[in-house]
Amino acid sequence: MSSFRVPGRGRIDHQSPVEFSFDGKKITGVKGDTIASALLANGIHLMGRSFKYHRPRGPVSAGSEEPNALMGTRRGPGRFEPNTRATVQEIWHGLEATSQNRYPSLEFDIGAVNDRAYMLFSAGFYYKTFMWPKSFWDKVYEPFIRAAAGLGVSPTETDPDHYASRYLHTDVLVIGAGPAGLASALASARAGLRVTLVDENTEAGGTLLSEPQAVIDGSQAWDWVEKAVAELKSLGARVMTRTTAIGYYHQNMVALCEKLTDHLPAPAANMPRERMWRVRAGQVILAQGALEKPLVFDGNDRPGVMLAGSAQTYLNRYGVRVGNSAVIVTSHDSAWYAAFDLADAGTKIQAIVDTRANPDSTLLEGAKSRSIRVLAGYTATRTEGRLRVKSVRVNPVSNGKVGAPETLTCDCLLMSGGWTPSLHLFSHTKGSLAWDDEKQTFLPDRKTEDCEIAGAGRGLWGIGAAINDGAEMGALVARHLGRDAVAATYDVASDRPGTGISHKELPTDLNPGKARAFVDYQNDVTAKDLRLAVREGMHSIEHVKRYTTNGMATDQGKMSNINGLNIAADALGKPQPKVGLTTFRPPYTPTTFGAFVGYHKGDHFDVTRKTPIDSWAEENGAVFEPVSMWRRAWYFPKDGEDMDAAVSRECRATRASLGMFDASTLGKIEVVGPDAVEFMNRMYTNPWTKLAPGRTRYGLLLGDDGFIRDDGVIGRLSDDRFHVTTTTGGAARVLNMMEDYLQTEWPDLDVWLTSTTEQWATIALNGPNARKLLEPLVEGLDISADAFPHMSIAECKVAGLPARLFRVSFTGELGFEVNVPAAHGRELWEILWEAGQQYDICPYGTETMHVLRAEKGYIIVGQDTDGTVTPYDAGISWAIGKSKPDFVGKRGLERPDLVAKGRKQLVGLLSRDGKTKLEEGAQIVLDPNQPIPMKMVGHVTSSYHSDAAGRPIAFGLVEGGHDKMGDTIYIPMPEGVIEAEVTGTVFYDPEGARLKL
Amino acid sequence: MLLIRCPYCQQTLPELEFTYAGQAHVARPDAANKQISDEEWRDFLFIRTNVKGPHYERWRHAHGCGRFFNAVRDTVSDRFLITYKVEDPRPELSDLLEKSE
Repeated sequence: MSSFRVPGRGRIDHQSPVEFSFDGKKITGVKGDTIASALLANGIHLMGRSFKYHRPRGPVSAGSEEPNALMGTRRGPGRFEPNTRATVQEIWHGLEATSQNRYPSLEFDIGAVNDRAYMLFSAGFYYKTFMWPKSFWDKVYEPFIRAAAGLGVSPTETDPDHYASRYLHTDVLVIGAGPAGLASALASARAGLRVTLVDENTEAGGTLLSEPQAVIDGSQAWDWVEKAVAELKSLGARVMTRTTAIGYYHQNMVALCEKLTDHLPAPAANMPRERMWRVRAGQVILAQGALEKPLVFDGNDRPGVMLAGSAQTYLNRYGVRVGNSAVIVTSHDSAWYAAFDLADAGTKIQAIVDTRANPDSTLLEGAKSRSIRVLAGYTATRTEGRLRVKSVRVNPVSNGKVGAPETLTCDCLLMSGGWTPSLHLFSHTKGSLAWDDEKQTFLPDRKTEDCEIAGAGRGLWGIGAAINDGAEMGALVARHLGRDAVAATYDVASDRPGTGISHKELPTDLNPGKARAFVDYQNDVTAKDLRLAVREGMHSIEHVKRYTTNGMATDQGKMSNINGLNIAADALGKPQPKVGLTTFRPPYTPTTFGAFVGYHKGDHFDVTRKTPIDSWAEENGAVFEPVSMWRRAWYFPKDGEDMDAAVSRECRATRASLGMFDASTLGKIEVVGPDAVEFMNRMYTNPWTKLAPGRTRYGLLLGDDGFIRDDGVIGRLSDDRFHVTTTTGGAARVLNMMEDYLQTEWPDLDVWLTSTTEQWATIALNGPNARKLLEPLVEGLDISADAFPHMSIAECKVAGLPARLFRVSFTGELGFEVNVPAAHGRELWEILWEAGQQYDICPYGTETMHVLRAEKGYIIVGQDTDGTVTPYDAGISWAIGKSKPDFVGKRGLERPDLVAKGRKQLVGLLSRDGKTKLEEGAQIVLDPNQPIPMKMVGHVTSSYHSDAAGRPIAFGLVEGGHDKMGDTIYIPMPEGVIEAEVTGTVFYDPEGARLKL
Repeated sequence: MLLIRCPYCQQTLPELEFTYAGQAHVARPDAANKQISDEEWRDFLFIRTNVKGPHYERWRHAHGCGRFFNAVRDTVSDRFLITYKVEDPRPELSDLLEKSE
């Protein structure tokens, strides 16, 4: 055991050594240590290098606000995390920790040359330094900046851990389990409410863990914490430790990140690493306490310089003296107690340097009784020491004049610039803050959520004040929730209430322009940078922040905000409340992506919808493509075929004999009711009144703006029942649109809409032998050409299965679509597959479907249209029932721009050489020799090699295209300009003879 | 995540169940029976308020009862002042603000 560990002290298990490594060196800590406390126990303060200047740094705090002691931690392959705060990470046997931002070693870092050149790296240096010459930006400056930027190294392997997420409803959520939080939770729980108490630390207690001398109602502080937690649990309260409230959202929803395995030597494989909780609370109590501020003076960042309250925490919680010889520099009473505790534990206190001229007499007595030298009314003006602080230069200040210096040697310097209420979560709610002149800080003001702030968070100081305020607030929220509740009162002995003052930079007799007085440690922002930013015209605190990066590091300025504000306000000559604070945003502390992602990764990242026939396609070697959320068979390659070869074969087989296609993804909506036909008349462009039951029609859906929204074949089953099909991607949208019009425009219509997309499996049979295959399998229906002509629909049985049979074609061949209940989809597919062998039946995928439809000039909404295409533009104005009094889009079609000349119209495009396949999306011009930028008159929407046409075919949207038949248009491509002829859109069987077989 | 009261289900439920559906009380002009000017139709299609403060808007309980309903939501605080059925009259803002005080 090292000499810095105080036997018997702290909440650690002195008898249980834990070995871990830091930069490859074996370090022994004990159970209950953090990396920082274990290193400090071994006399190590140097834990990292700063971001910009690569200055040696040690921990300045003992908590989650730590800006300096950031390191990489590793647990085997894939489990590496950069920027782990050493002050929070618990050690376990085998933990590997490595320091960051240094090369070749932490002790000797080449990057530290930046520190010597600090004059070059002042605020805004990016903007000043990398401006000229312009051509250097891409090749020199940006790569250089990117290489230098960033702290820590991102892991490159896939994260092997998994993460959980949960919802939680609770009456009262208490955030922070210090004295105020515990008392609040007790008051609410005793009133019979469901209470959840969360704390980011490993155990409840907060400040009480660092102040064991306090006595609450006769119990020693730690005993009281234990009893309080036991009572809470007995009352059914949920007490969650290692759980950080990271964000406070609308209507009392708070996100919690619970760390489950990072502290365990060997977590079970099935254990999530972290769990994200979304908590909805009736009332929230914010009892997050306050964070100590550093003092700003030259060299306030050397290893060994630390917040006094944190030194007290290391001593009382971890049994670690942070040094043998300490100087205290403070503007607040609290640091005196840290000095007293350390002195009592054997650290030599060289002096207490207080910036105030007249410290409290009881403090002076406490110092005197310990023979501690007191320098009141002093300032600190510089520290020395490269890898560890060695001395501090202090000067008396009287009447604003800095007197002669004195140098005090030390191996640690404990500072306190007072305390800042932790109001980050409160700020997430857009609750307003009010400046308190006496306390020189912002306190919570107007609230927007059902929450209360208890204890140090609203500027109360001392355990007695905090614990009694917590009890009051706990009772108050219980009353808000309708319970009778009276606050308990607590009697606290050995309390250490106190006051202090707030500073900008400490006064100095040295050149302030050369002072390395840090305000934001993590981003290396000095007081000088802030003043420079103001001088250079940054007059808003938001501009000062962004120009200097003050408060923009991962700690979000937890320690630097008020100091930065004090300095900026002084430079601006304005009072602090006129300058204001920058905005705090979630998360409160850095949170893993895994915790946010939760279960939504890999196969669960997005929904994959599969048809009932998908498994057959997979077993038969289909290549799939995503279509909206569906996974669809794209093509079925045989014996090493590439896509083009497979698609050509599938096309030939279908046109020659028989193809089968899984069309189950087609959207299907059942439109039923006495007013069904009137509803269809109003929704779709087509007239439906005269469509007889048993017949189908191509239906076209517009928006009220006149543009094409969707299309599909619609069958009328009876007077009051339509089977509507939609595009695969449009199904949900179309149903939503139908519901919108039905519910809000025409609530008088008696119609029911039901999505049946997933209830039917749909198999399309296409090809001259389609009827021959189907006929023997159909019961209860004559499907001969005369009895069941093209565009018919009927209910019947197919292969013994109840079916809705369409005679319809999206290929130009004789076609049927068989709908059977989804559960029978694969069964029917296999029956048709077996029976179809005699016709060399060929399963085909979406690519072949696309080619076959394009050969026939059938459009695909969303591919050949883009939301600005009218039925006239698309050449399908025949689908408009012009005599209907109204339909969605009718008035829209008369809009001036929609009837104007020169609209883009859908045409066929054939490359002049008969061989070149155009590229979908390629732009079209009329004159390829015009100067760049050329006037583009349209683009290619669909393009395929067509086996039936014996050449490539394409569609395009071209300005005035319908009047350009036979003209040549040009498609400039990187390899050269392609010439193409404007044609009609039907490339195969223009008479439609094959449909009528 | 907001909590939204569905006026049909009479339940306050998480925002996840709902979808936003644009500004409320935009009536579709009766083009079947009247001559509608281009300007009138343009306004119906495209012209919307962009309110900073209480906004009359539509929501759909898409993953619940499926009904469209109306709401008044303050776009600054993101708070609902009221939700009400499509067939209910448009509530006066002054009444709502009085009630929410």
